Amino acid sequence: METLYAITVGILTACSIFLILRGRSFPIVVGITMLSYAVNLFLFSTGRLQIDGAPILGMVENPTDPLPQALVLTAIVIGFAMTAYAIILAVRARGEIGSDEVNDLDTHEQSEGHR
Amino acid sequence: MSLLWIVFLPLLGACIPLLLARTPRWIKTVTTAAIPIVGLAIMGGYVGQTISGVIPQQSIAWLSHIGLNLAFRLDGLSLLFVSLILGIGVLIIAYAHYYLSEQDNDSRFYACLLLFMASMLGIVMADNLLLLWVFWELTSVSSFLLIGYWFHSSDARRGARMALATTGCGGLALLAGILLLGHIAGGYDLDTVFAAAANIQQHPWYLGALILVLLGAFTKSAQFPFQFWLPHAMAAPTPVSAYLHSATMVKAGIFLLARLHPVLAGTEWWFYLVTFTGLATLLVGAYFAILKHDIKGLLAFSTISHLGLICMMLGIGTEAAVIAALFHVINHACFKAALFMTAGIIDHESGTRDMRKLNGLLRYMPLTATLAMILAASMAGIPPLNGFLSKEMFLAESLQQHLFGGLSWLIPVLATVGAMLSVAYSIRYVHDLFFNGEPKELPKTPHDPPKGMLVPVALLVVLCIAIGLAPMWFAEDILTAAVSAVHGPLTALEIGLWHGWNWPLLMSAIAVVGGAVIYLARDQLFSFNRQFEHRDAKHIFESTVQRLSDGATAVFDRIDTGSLQRYMAILLTTVIILLLVPLIDLTQLFGGRKQLPIDVVSMVGALLIIFSALGVAILHRQRLLALLMLSVTGLMVSLAFAHLSAPDLAMTQLVVEVVSIILMILALFFMPQRTPRASSGHRVVRDIILSSLIGGLVASLNYALLTRSFDSISDYFVSNAKMLGGGNNIVNVILVDFRGFDTLGEITVLAIAAAGIHKLLNKLKPFMPSSDVDGRPWHHIRHPLLVTTVAKLLLPLALMVAVYILLRGHNMPGGGFIAGLITASAMILQYMANGVDWVKDRFNVNYQSLMSFGVMISLFTGLGSWYFERPFLTSWFTHIHWPVVGEFEFATAMLFDLGVYLTVIGATMMILTNFGKMTTRHRPTQEGN
Repeated sequence: METLYAITVGILTACSIFLILRGRSFPIVVGITMLSYAVNLFLFSTGRLQIDGAPILGMVENPTDPLPQALVLTAIVIGFAMTAYAIILAVRARGEIGSDEVNDLDTHEQSEGHR
Repeated sequence: MSLLWIVFLPLLGACIPLLLARTPRWIKTVTTAAIPIVGLAIMGGYVGQTISGVIPQQSIAWLSHIGLNLAFRLDGLSLLFVSLILGIGVLIIAYAHYYLSEQDNDSRFYACLLLFMASMLGIVMADNLLLLWVFWELTSVSSFLLIGYWFHSSDARRGARMALATTGCGGLALLAGILLLGHIAGGYDLDTVFAAAANIQQHPWYLGALILVLLGAFTKSAQFPFQFWLPHAMAAPTPVSAYLHSATMVKAGIFLLARLHPVLAGTEWWFYLVTFTGLATLLVGAYFAILKHDIKGLLAFSTISHLGLICMMLGIGTEAAVIAALFHVINHACFKAALFMTAGIIDHESGTRDMRKLNGLLRYMPLTATLAMILAASMAGIPPLNGFLSKEMFLAESLQQHLFGGLSWLIPVLATVGAMLSVAYSIRYVHDLFFNGEPKELPKTPHDPPKGMLVPVALLVVLCIAIGLAPMWFAEDILTAAVSAVHGPLTALEIGLWHGWNWPLLMSAIAVVGGAVIYLARDQLFSFNRQFEHRDAKHIFESTVQRLSDGATAVFDRIDTGSLQRYMAILLTTVIILLLVPLIDLTQLFGGRKQLPIDVVSMVGALLIIFSALGVAILHRQRLLALLMLSVTGLMVSLAFAHLSAPDLAMTQLVVEVVSIILMILALFFMPQRTPRASSGHRVVRDIILSSLIGGLVASLNYALLTRSFDSISDYFVSNAKMLGGGNNIVNVILVDFRGFDTLGEITVLAIAAAGIHKLLNKLKPFMPSSDVDGRPWHHIRHPLLVTTVAKLLLPLALMVAVYILLRGHNMPGGGFIAGLITASAMILQYMANGVDWVKDRFNVNYQSLMSFGVMISLFTGLGSWYFERPFLTSWFTHIHWPVVGEFEFATAMLFDLGVYLTVIGATMMILTNFGKMTTRHRPTQEGN
C-alpha cells in the first residue's frame, strides 16, 4: 500500500512539474493545481496511512494522527486561493497583452525555438 | 541634556527654513543663523569643564543590542572642531544671504546647510564609533545635496555624484574598519576602544582595520590618490565650497585620523601610510594649484595640499607634530573659508573666475583686494600671520624625522619644496588678480560688494592677524585640551613668532624666494605642463562608472533572460540536487515499517489518479479535455482522503475541487482553447527528464518516509482535545482552538487573495470570443430549464446541510471551512443556473462586507478572551440543556468557526461572482461591484 501511495504521489508530481515547465499560462495553472494535490498527499502521509480510522474521539479506538490533517485542510483552502489568483492573473495578462505566453520575448533574445 | 542639543538643534532646525519658505530672505537668514549661535552658547557652557580636563559625556540608549547608542562627548578635540563648525557656519550663513541670487531657492539651501552642519557636529561629538559612522554617511548625503544645489547645471550634478560615490565608498570601507575595531575592542564606545589600544595594535587584524579606516579618512579628506573629487565639488555655490573646504567635510577625514590617533597611531604602518600619503598630497596639490586658471580651482588644490600637510603631521605623530596639525586645522579653516568667500565675491561682481581675464582688480575693488591679500599671505605663510606659525612648526617638525634612515634629509627638502609651491600659488592669486595690468573682456565691471558680504571676510582676516600676533592668548587653552585628547597630556606648548635664527626660518626664507622664482617662471611651467595629455578626472571617473554599470548589465542580461521556463528549470535542477544529497546518504530506502496490504479500492483509485494525471500532461494542449481529466484526479484525491481515514480532508477537497474546476472552466472561456505546439522536441525531452527525476525523487522520499516509524507530537492534541477544546473532532479542535491563530491568519490570507482578485478584475478588458474554437457561435439559451429547476430545489437543501456541517464540526467531520464551501457552491449553482440578474434581485449581498465581517468575528472572538484576562484566542465551552433539543454544547470556538464560515463564503463568492460577471453588464469597475 505504501509503495503504491508513493508511486502515485511521484507520478502526480512528475506530471505537474512537466505542466509547470510549459510556456503558456493555462497549463501552468493546471500544473500548479495538480502539484498542490501531490504536495497535500505527501504532507498528509507524514501521519502515516491508516484505513477505516478517523481523527475523532469516541468513534474509533485508535484515532489517526490529526495534525497533518489539520495542516493539509488549511493547505487545501490556501491552495484554492492561490490557484484562483493565478488563473485570474493569467486572464488579466491575456487581456492586457493579448497573449498567454509566459516568456518575455520582447525585451530579450530567445535562445529556444518558440512560436 | 543640552550636550545633545548641539547636534540635534541644527538637525531639527533644518525644517525651519523650509517652513519659512514664503517669508523674506532676511528672516530665514536670521533664524538659520540663530541655530549655530545657540549651539555656540550651549558649547560655551561646557568650555570650562572640558579645558579643566573633565570630559562632558552624555548617552541615550538607541540600538543598544548592536552597540549603537546616542552617545556624545565634548573633549578638547571635539571642542576645537565644534567651535570651527559653528563659528564658520554662522559666517557662511551671513555670507550666503548676499551671495544667493533672487532665483535661488534659499530655503532649500539653508535647510541642506543645517543638515550638513548637524551631521558634521555629530561626527566630531560622537562618543561611539558606529554613531560616528552614521553621521559620517550623513555628511556624504548632505554634501551631495549641497554640491548639486544648482542641479540644472550638469557640472554640479556630476561633481555631486562624484563626491557621493567617492566618499560613499570610503564610508563603506570605514564601516568595515570600525566593525573590526569594535570586534577587537569588544565595544564601540570610544572609551572602550581607547582602552583596548594596545590589544588592537597587536591584533592580526590591525593592518586590515588600519587600511580600511584610512581609506575612509583619505577619501573624505581628498588625500592622494583620491583627491580628484574635491576640485569638482567646487561646482557648488561658493558659500558651500567655503564651508566644505574649511571647517567641514574634508576636515572630517582629518578629524577621524586625530580621533583614532590614540588607538591606531604609533606603529610603523601608521607612520609610513599616513606620512607619505600626506607628503604626496601636499606636493601634488600644490603643484596643480599653480596651474589652475580658475580661482576656485586654485583654492581647491591648495586645500588638498594643506590637508596633506595636516595629514603628514598626524602621521609623524609626535607631540609637537600633533600640535602643529591641530593648530593648522584652525589656521587653515580661517584663511581658507575667507579666501573662498573673496573668490565668490570676485565671481559675483565680475562674472568670471578665470585668472587670465581677471587682472588689476585692486583699482576696482580695493577693500576686497586688501582683505584677499592678507589672507593669501597667511596661506603662503608670511609673518606675522597665523599661517606662518603653523608652517614654521611643520618645517621644524620635518627636520626631526629620522625614520627614513640615511635618506631622512629628503623630508625637510620636500617640505620646503611644498612650502615653496604654496608661496608660488599664493603670489599668483594676489598678483594675477589684483595687479598685472587691466581686466580683459569681463562680463561686468567689478566693484566692491555690499558691506554685509565683506563683514564675514573681515572678521576672519582679523582673526588671522590676531592669532598670528597672540597665538598663546587665542589658542593655548583649546590646543592644550585638543592635543591631550589626541596625544595624551601635554608637556610643552610654546607658539611664538620669533624663535631666533634657526633652520625653519631659513627654510621659510628659501620657500618665499623660491616661490617668487617659480611664479616668475610660470609661463615655462604652463608650457611644460601642456605637453602632458590633459585628462579630466571627471571623464576618467565617469568612464569607470560606465564600465562598471555595463558589466553589471551584461551579467544581469545573462541571468535575467525573461524566460519563466528557464528560471523554473534552474530552480528545479537545484531542487533535484538538494533532494539527491540526503537520499544518497540513506543506506536503504525501505525503513522496515510493516506495509498495509493493498486492497482493490486503493488499487483502482491509485490507477485512476495515475492515468488521469498522465492524461492531463499528455493532452494538455486540448485544454477543456485536460481540465476534465484534472477534475477526475482531484475527485480521486478526495476519495483517497476518505479511504485513508481523513473525512474532513475528503469533504474539503471535494468542495474545493468543484469550486476550482468551475473557476477554471470560466477562465478558459477567456483563454485560447488549445495550446499551440510550441516547444521543440529537444525541450520536451529535457522537461520530461527533469520532471521524471523530480517525480522519482519525491516518490522515493515519500516511500522512505512511509516505511519508517515515527513519534508524533500529536499525542498532546489527541489527549487534550476533549478536555481543553471540548470537541471530539480533533482536526477541527486543532483548527479552531489549539492552532486558532494559524487559522485566523489563513482566513486573512484567503480574504486578501479575494480582494486581490477583485482588484485584478477591475477595469479588465478580457478577450471575449464570439464563437468556440471550431468557429461555432455560442449557444444563446442561457439557462436550461432542467438546471434551473434542480438548482432552485437544491439550494435550501444545501444550506441546511451546510448549517448542520457547521454545527457538528466540533465533534464530527465538518466545520467552518467545509460548510462555507458547500454554501458557496450552492450559491454558485444559482448564478450558473439563473444568471446574475436573477440572483441579484433576490439576494443582494455585498460579499466583500460578508468576508470582512467573517474575519472580524473570528478576530473579536480571539480578542474577547482578553476581556477575561486570558491570552489571545483562549477558548471556553459549556453544555446547555435546551428544553426541546436536549443537551447542547456551546463553545467560543464555534463562534470562531462561524467567522471562518462567513469568510470562506464571502471570499469564494467574491472570486467567482466577480469573475462570472465579466461577461455581463455587472462587470466590476472602479466603483466596486
